[in-house]
Amino acid sequence: MTTGSAESVQQRIREFLEERIKTNIVVDKDLFASGLVNSMFAMELVVHLEQEFGVAIVGEDLKLDNFRTVERMTSLVCRLRDAPVTDHA
Amino acid sequence: MSEAASAPLGVLGAGVMGTGIAALAIGHGIPVVLVDVSEDRLADARRRVDAQLRHARLMGSVPARDAAGLTTAVELAAVAGATAVIEAVTEDAEIKAKVLEEASSLFAVGTPIISNTSGIPIGELGRFVSRPDELLGIHFMNPAYLITMVEVIRSARTSDETMAAVTGLLARMGRRGIVVRDAPGFVTSRLLHPMINEAARIVGAGVATAESVDDLMRGCLGHPTGPLRTADLIGLDNLVDALSTLWERTGEESFRPCELLREKVAAGHLGRKSGKGFYDYEKVLS
Repeated sequence: MTTGSAESVQQRIREFLEERIKTNIVVDKDLFASGLVNSMFAMELVVHLEQEFGVAIVGEDLKLDNFRTVERMTSLVCRLRDAPVTDHA
Repeated sequence: MSEAASAPLGVLGAGVMGTGIAALAIGHGIPVVLVDVSEDRLADARRRVDAQLRHARLMGSVPARDAAGLTTAVELAAVAGATAVIEAVTEDAEIKAKVLEEASSLFAVGTPIISNTSGIPIGELGRFVSRPDELLGIHFMNPAYLITMVEVIRSARTSDETMAAVTGLLARMGRRGIVVRDAPGFVTSRLLHPMINEAARIVGAGVATAESVDDLMRGCLGHPTGPLRTADLIGLDNLVDALSTLWERTGEESFRPCELLREKVAAGHLGRKSGKGFYDYEKVLS
């Protein structure tokens, strides 16, 4: 499935976050350390990325460090999307 | 693994707290038998336990290992062989009493019965169980699988053996308990609930918005989320029930559920679990 370039992935993640937390986001800012989002929102973020980009985030990838910044979420999504995996749980 | 270590924990009630406690236990390798009244509720509960376990893994709050098994059942008898049982049904003294009374007759001597309550005195619930020395309270916070501290309530009749067994169980689940004596609302609810009630009164009177109240409590007083976000997480219906429990038992006006809270509950705006409370949640934890 082709869902666009890394730039467009990053843009879509940023737009989702800005809409939900009503704040402009810098792509390398740690959203959790800065208090912009909390642990309850973290899981919503995971589910959103899975649904929006058609990826399954499991195992070692399911850790908070992968979701701290828009940049890290973008690289996770791009890596999973490009991986030769067809069986999305 | 020894027989005792592999014996399941019984959890009665598959609501927000029951499923959160189940996720906590299986995430720490303790198998769970989860009981509720219908297969529909249990099917939904299994999905929520899976989602909560993922959330726990995401936050690094359960060990990196395979989860223990989750079994669900509609009959109380399914928990008869449990190492301990945690009652987590609706925060209503009559409902809790009925479930505890029925459950307590099923267990072998020496099986601790734990009531997960935010404020109903354990001594009061102890009148309905066959062995009140084996009953104690644990007030788990929501989400049970993320918050590592719990409030442990020892009634006048709770035995040393029961305390020791439950302390061991909490340790296996990575929880730290602070033991308090029995009283309506114990410590945390007695302090938090009137604050939330007053915060809702402030919003109802138009003094400040929910966002402003929470921002002030976070920014000025170091509260992690603010009282009204906390209220949405607790569930406004549960909060009204808990406040009513306190009000009925103490007569303190500060515990009387305020109008705005009652209005929101009547409108079905129960907080995060219904998608709307003091805040709008476009998506709930899924």
